[in-house]
Amino acid sequence: MASETGLKRTPLFDLHLELGAKMVPFAGWEMPVQYPMGVLKEHLHTRAAAGLFDVSHMGQVIVPAGAVAALEALVPVDVAGLGLNRQRYAMFTDAAGGILDDLMVANRGDHLFLVVNAACADADIAHLRAHVPGVEVIADRALLALQGPAAETALAQLVPGVAAMRFMEVATLAWEGAELWISRSGYTGEDGFEISLPEGRAADFARALLAMVEVAPIGLGARDSLRLEAGLCLYGHDIDTTTSPVEAGLAWAIQKARRVGGARAGGFPGADRILAELAQGTSRRRVGLRPEGRAPMREGTEIFAAESGGEVLGRVTSGGFGPSINAPMAMAYLPATLTDGTLVYGEVRGKRHPARIAPMPFHPHSYKR
Amino acid sequence: MTIKFTEEHEWLRVEGDLVVVGITEHASEQLGDVVFVELPEPETKVAKGDEICVIESVKAASDILAPVDGEIVAVNEALSDNPALVNEDPLGAWFFKMKVEDMEQLDAFMSEEDYKDFIG
Repeated sequence: MASETGLKRTPLFDLHLELGAKMVPFAGWEMPVQYPMGVLKEHLHTRAAAGLFDVSHMGQVIVPAGAVAALEALVPVDVAGLGLNRQRYAMFTDAAGGILDDLMVANRGDHLFLVVNAACADADIAHLRAHVPGVEVIADRALLALQGPAAETALAQLVPGVAAMRFMEVATLAWEGAELWISRSGYTGEDGFEISLPEGRAADFARALLAMVEVAPIGLGARDSLRLEAGLCLYGHDIDTTTSPVEAGLAWAIQKARRVGGARAGGFPGADRILAELAQGTSRRRVGLRPEGRAPMREGTEIFAAESGGEVLGRVTSGGFGPSINAPMAMAYLPATLTDGTLVYGEVRGKRHPARIAPMPFHPHSYKR
Repeated sequence: MTIKFTEEHEWLRVEGDLVVVGITEHASEQLGDVVFVELPEPETKVAKGDEICVIESVKAASDILAPVDGEIVAVNEALSDNPALVNEDPLGAWFFKMKVEDMEQLDAFMSEEDYKDFIG
């Protein structure tokens, strides 16, 4: 659905308005950035109970099981070895070893189910169609995420089967005749689920969840602060074509099978660089930063070694305030020689403020493994 | 008691020869949850248009400009400890008090009624 502004609308658009959401343009979509509760309380509610997110703007794509090898030629990830009903994090790389997008891949038996970022969806689909046979774009399904410690009990009231799932497992389950494609995953660091369902049933399903006292609607504002506290990358900010998976600290997503000596080593775009970096390391890396004061260091903040003088060491790629840690937090690319705990300085409004390189996540994950 | 409003969504309240400055409810709603406030140093002389406070919300940073020429004589330290006061009670959460020699500078600003029309 498209509005007169040319922005696309999700099947939950009317529900967002009814809930009092503030709508903003995002990646070509008209999306809720916050509801009357506000970003801070939405964030805390998700960590304390359960938050419902409309992520229908993300791209949903099916690749036939027979095309696994073709898909593996685009990602440095072991897709062939992905167990039945298991999901895995992946990224499309380019010939220079940069990241074109990050995505989720699930093995659903006769096909793979991919979820890609809204902003990259058109480019990803063109890229897939150019290299992978039988690509099918799913345009008639909404995508919702239910996240937080109460997500399991809330969702299980509608779909009892979810209680038996574990982190990164996928299942096809039914709700009042609608087929749900569910994964136990998310983008908040909390336990939770992502649910693909027919667009015509999405609003009713969302309403059934929102009728539960523990479930509140959550906008893109809190989605961003939640993922940043969880240390998760946002494409176009923390990762892009100028960053490699190894620099980005995503080497964990490159399984043995695709590394030197593995069963299907290399054979993905940028393999020369990425495999070399896995062996030799990189000159810079994505790190967490904890500013020592209260002032957030936003995206673009320049980082220095000292309180005055010296060269720029790197820049903040995402930064803001973490409601659960009650403190500012940021991610930046800095020289790999700087270890966790190192004191650096971020220049905010012409003045350098101290910050420490810190391990991520800033707020611990609570996945149900 | 006189209260005036600026196009930058500040409220100005006259207390004797002082002008007390805060941000409007409309501004606090637009900013969202305030998480950090940087206040000016007391006893600082400022000129109209100087950036003298920074407000960081969960969304972005914005400035408060000096509405008129004058001298900062007091700042509300309670906001440093509890920035959420700006959202909870915008008209009560003053940022700073200015000593203003020429109170006629305030005549140019909007009345409450005009400000309501301004924000529509």
